[in-house]
Amino acid sequence: MDGVHDMGGMDGFGKVEVEKNEPVFHAPWEGRVLAMQRSMGYAGAWHIDHSRFAQEKLPPAAYLTASYYERWALGLEKNVTELGYVTPEEIAAGHALTPGVSFKRKLTADIVDQGLCRSSFYRQQQGPARFKPGDRVRTKNIHPASHTRLPRYARDKVGVVELCHGCHMFPDAVAANRGDDPQWLYTVVFTGEELWGPDADPTSTISIDAFEPYLEPA
Amino acid sequence: MADHDHDHHHSHEHGDHGHGSELSETQLRVRALETVLTEKGYIDPAALDAIIEAYETKIGPRNGAVVVARAWTDPAFKKALLEDASKAVASMGHLSRVGDHLVAVENTPTRHNMIVCTLCSCYPWEVLGLPPVWYKSAPYRSRAVKDPRGVLDDFGVTLPKGTEVRVWDSTAETRFIVLPMRPAGTDGWSADKLADLVTRDSMIGTGLPLSPGQK
Repeated sequence: MDGVHDMGGMDGFGKVEVEKNEPVFHAPWEGRVLAMQRSMGYAGAWHIDHSRFAQEKLPPAAYLTASYYERWALGLEKNVTELGYVTPEEIAAGHALTPGVSFKRKLTADIVDQGLCRSSFYRQQQGPARFKPGDRVRTKNIHPASHTRLPRYARDKVGVVELCHGCHMFPDAVAANRGDDPQWLYTVVFTGEELWGPDADPTSTISIDAFEPYLEPA
Repeated sequence: MADHDHDHHHSHEHGDHGHGSELSETQLRVRALETVLTEKGYIDPAALDAIIEAYETKIGPRNGAVVVARAWTDPAFKKALLEDASKAVASMGHLSRVGDHLVAVENTPTRHNMIVCTLCSCYPWEVLGLPPVWYKSAPYRSRAVKDPRGVLDDFGVTLPKGTEVRVWDSTAETRFIVLPMRPAGTDGWSADKLADLVTRDSMIGTGLPLSPGQK
């Protein structure tokens, strides 16, 4: 979706401000939110792209004014209620009112080390790769109202395939509950000028990781 | 965490409006959510404690620094790292939770690499820990792809004019780590000693490793 989360190239946000000696968490609740998200992910309650989409669907003003972990907390509430794992009444009451659904597994303290292992996104290929490193490609001019990982600034642009990362689950399909729909994934590199016009820094090159359905031959 | 630190963190994301009550509301909401999810049987509060402890004490940029320092001292490892970082890092044993999709990109005298996630906050947690607030902030996410040298300037980093600045936008599950150039004046240093020069930002590409005098 063309939301405020898709920030690449926007102006007006100012300088990057670095906090000296930044702590891992700025308040205990931030850690709780992160750990709840990890636990629900481990349980199989949803996929990471559901979490991303939940945040993208927040009202733009809320997205921009919430802190990072506030946004996570809002997305977490949205996911558990929209997917039917918790009712809004339970959120309001602060207590479970009915038994929960059963998930395939639960992250308990004794298995946290393995629970923090990142899962693999590789999936069985459905056909041969259409592109190879060195190929020129044009990204499609698409504007789906649903979740996509093709950023606005890199649509309808010509670039060169640099790497092929194998076949991965396809976020656009996953977030729309259309299954893994495995697709080839490539690093595609663009010149600064192709993305930003003649005033771009001539020494800059920018790459995205693009799924095959985002690309056509150029 | 002391309240003033907390306020500091929020000041640049929230503006100046009063957020004391807003924060306590967030705290209450998060506590309520944890209670509900626990009572439903979905989560284990002791696991939450352990996850938090792991990110506060074990999973941080030292992990990446050790990888970089080994690449600086072991040519075969460096080659393996650039060919398949997931495999190379997993071979180091204690870092086996790196997963399948890590890519190391090498800085050279003619190319400087920089990592961003314009769409959310993708970051190589396993080797760098949790990302700093600035990495997840609108200023970094918006400008890194359009004005990378301007962003580097915010970090006090100036590159030679002709150096290519390559920005990697992490738009899928691939995760990137920059292999910075080894600082001059470190001949004969052990990997252990070199790792102390490898800053987090040098592995994101918004900084350079420390020089021996800066350590």
